Amino acid sequence: MNLIYEPWPWYISGIAIALIMLLLQLSGKKFGMSSNLRTLCTICGAGKQVHFFKFDWKAQRWNLVVVLGAIIGGYIAANFMTNENAVLINSNTIEHLKTLGFESAGTAYLPLELFETRVFSSPKTLIILFFGGLFVGFGARYAGGCTSGHAISGLSNLQLPSLIAVIGFFIGGLIMTHFLFPLIF
Amino acid sequence: MRTLFYLIIGILFGITMYKSEAASWFRIYEMFRFEAFHMYGIIGTALTMGVVSTFIIKRFNIKSFYGETIKFIPKEKGFTRYILGGIIFGLGWALAGACPGPMFTLLGAGFLPISVVIIAAILGTLIYGILREKLSH
Repeated sequence: MNLIYEPWPWYISGIAIALIMLLLQLSGKKFGMSSNLRTLCTICGAGKQVHFFKFDWKAQRWNLVVVLGAIIGGYIAANFMTNENAVLINSNTIEHLKTLGFESAGTAYLPLELFETRVFSSPKTLIILFFGGLFVGFGARYAGGCTSGHAISGLSNLQLPSLIAVIGFFIGGLIMTHFLFPLIF
Repeated sequence: MRTLFYLIIGILFGITMYKSEAASWFRIYEMFRFEAFHMYGIIGTALTMGVVSTFIIKRFNIKSFYGETIKFIPKEKGFTRYILGGIIFGLGWALAGACPGPMFTLLGAGFLPISVVIIAAILGTLIYGILREKLSH
């Protein structure tokens, strides 16, 4: 196992996430990424019109620094810590994705059909990405958190609301994957 | 100094999201088809360790690096907002294949179309803020 160049197994990944949350806890901060989307709205001036965005965003600056780090980390991992980009998902999953038209399944990190630069000239793909992001942003704030805030830190603190939210994440994800994908793709 | 510390945490987080493949659309799809243990293993491991560390911090009243008491603010009670918000989030998570942390990691990794997802997610947050008073929570 080569942790620099090979993909990390689930247990190393899980331990790393837990350690990141622990470092934030020991700094007196919360592990939650979607709150940054709200902070970005405030920085763009949304607080002038909408009460929800009226707060002292400077108190959230530390979290924006974490986001900046997440961007840099992605750059480092993709450029200096990767020999092979393909994500080796289950062969049944690959077969199924091919029937939906995802020829890049099993050969790339992200589906090229959705994330290659040429999609900027494909209105349908842009609409798909747009609605994906829109639902993530709206849903995360409505539910008061995302995967990090609810599924990891909320459940770690044994919060019932977080369990309800995570059940919601799965209901939504299963509806999308099993019922809506065949209609969209 | 503190800023540098948060930057390093962020870099570790970004590397973890990329190397764990939790930032891969394919892994999210595979997870929702229950065809691999990978994502469940990641979340399960992080959660198990998180429950223990959170418990220890509370039980022994461990102070932060800066000597402050570590506060855990309980989530507001409720059902509607969590289930509906959760479902909407899940629909987007499966479609875009990225949640609010990994989407930034993918930008750094050089996948430019993810910027559409990021801008739309900020817009979705804005729409929530505008509609907030009218929504059932």
